Amino acid sequence: MKGVNIGILAVQGDVAENISATRMAMDDLGIEGVVTEVKNPEQISDLDGLIIPGGESIVIGTLSLVNGSLKKIKEKIASGMPVLGTCAGMILLSKKVKDRVVGETEQPLLDYLDIKIERNTFGRQKNSFEADISLEKIGIPSFRGVFIRAPSVVDAGKNVEILSKIDEKIVAVKQGNIIGTSFHPELTEDLSIHKYFVNLVQKKN
Amino acid sequence: MIPLSGDIDNAKGIVKENLGSFETKRGTSTLKRGFAHMLKNGVVMDVTTVEQAQIAEDAGAVAVMVLDKLPADVRKAGGVARTASIRIIEEIMDSTTIPVMAKCRIGHVYEAKVLDATDVDMIDESEVLTPADEFHHIWKWDFTTPFVNGARNLGEALRRIEEGVAMIRTKGEPGTGNVAEAVIHIKNVNTELRRLKSIYDAGDDQDLVSLARELKVSYSLVEETASLGRLPVVNFAAGGISTPADAAYLMTLGCDGIFVGSGIFKSDDAKERAQAVVLATTFWEDPGKVKEAQKMVDERQSMLGLDTKNLELRMQERGSTA
Repeated sequence: MKGVNIGILAVQGDVAENISATRMAMDDLGIEGVVTEVKNPEQISDLDGLIIPGGESIVIGTLSLVNGSLKKIKEKIASGMPVLGTCAGMILLSKKVKDRVVGETEQPLLDYLDIKIERNTFGRQKNSFEADISLEKIGIPSFRGVFIRAPSVVDAGKNVEILSKIDEKIVAVKQGNIIGTSFHPELTEDLSIHKYFVNLVQKKN
Repeated sequence: MIPLSGDIDNAKGIVKENLGSFETKRGTSTLKRGFAHMLKNGVVMDVTTVEQAQIAEDAGAVAVMVLDKLPADVRKAGGVARTASIRIIEEIMDSTTIPVMAKCRIGHVYEAKVLDATDVDMIDESEVLTPADEFHHIWKWDFTTPFVNGARNLGEALRRIEEGVAMIRTKGEPGTGNVAEAVIHIKNVNTELRRLKSIYDAGDDQDLVSLARELKVSYSLVEETASLGRLPVVNFAAGGISTPADAAYLMTLGCDGIFVGSGIFKSDDAKERAQAVVLATTFWEDPGKVKEAQKMVDERQSMLGLDTKNLELRMQERGSTA
């Protein structure tokens, strides 16, 4: 049996943290495979799973559009490849985005998750926070959420499963094999979410 | 997971409060350093107006840095350089979706408090402005807003980290359009990190203690940094970057990202140059793509630049002994 090939979209943002979290999750689970940085469409075509990290969503989106990566990711999603998007990654996976202060933003999106995002929903960096949240539906009763200029989901279609809320705001969702979180699981020691994702990729494979 | 070396958990900048029924914490090192991690592989651009901020955002900047004058103009104008007008900072914050940073003078605790109250996303305690205190930098643990500081070598970088900074950038020589000093500074830090790591790997505790004394920082921070083999916070390049090739070169030296000061808005092709520098920073490993980026700019439109040997004002020396 061949191992899984999980890619981290390495355009901009906290790529290295996702690589190490995914490697550690695979080692803990005893799942064989490789974790690779991916930047161009050729590298993306070989993947069994993809993580889109935190960063600036406009930057990651625009630069992935320029070299054709965005189109390739869309094709892979259509063929069933699991994707985990954290913060900026969840924004990119969505269908519609507005900013809390500036309003509607025109930015390249993957147009898959049937959700509407509000960027910077909790405010600016000074209002970034940590809190214990829960993702019971995927078997994670407690998780330290690190929210950095975080977005939230203000509207979710009926195909979208809501995994977590904080103060009535939706902060984690799942639709098919696609997961989005407002927070950054890669910044904490807890590997539960990366493990859940690696398992999803392994099953699909 | 990100390194939290040197973290103190009772910092005054940490705020505990409730969000509905959830207990939250703001201003922790994970949040401050984590914010800087989100900027990695990106370009932070110096701007002085809303229009420039818009050009920067459209070009793919990960953040903007608001100044009253670009570093090249600060150099030309002389006099005292202070933090930018709050009204302009707020106008830029209201019109852009990317993070907005602003500079305060070295040691000027109250300029920093004003910027913190303005809710800028990051404060740059910067040698580009005239220092208010040559001997003490701001104790950054007291703030909820994260800071970035300049450094020319490992000692400066670690001393700033000990004061609570969440991000380091090279000082370079701002406003010169000359990348030479930034190159020296990043190489200094890398060379000293290699030396530190080799002492640590050899298990020579006595030498490690001597090195901590030489760098004027605590032994524990030196030891933790040695075990990581890199700075425990992200390290960007800054000072004199003017072209896409400059940006790509600094990325090859191991920087986590780029600050561009005067290089973009003192050129005559700011819009194209802003985009080109972003492309070169993203695809620095691919000379073909950097060439395409370099082709987007015209060398005849680059800022003239200065030889750093005969400068009257060496901004990089400000606050370097503290």
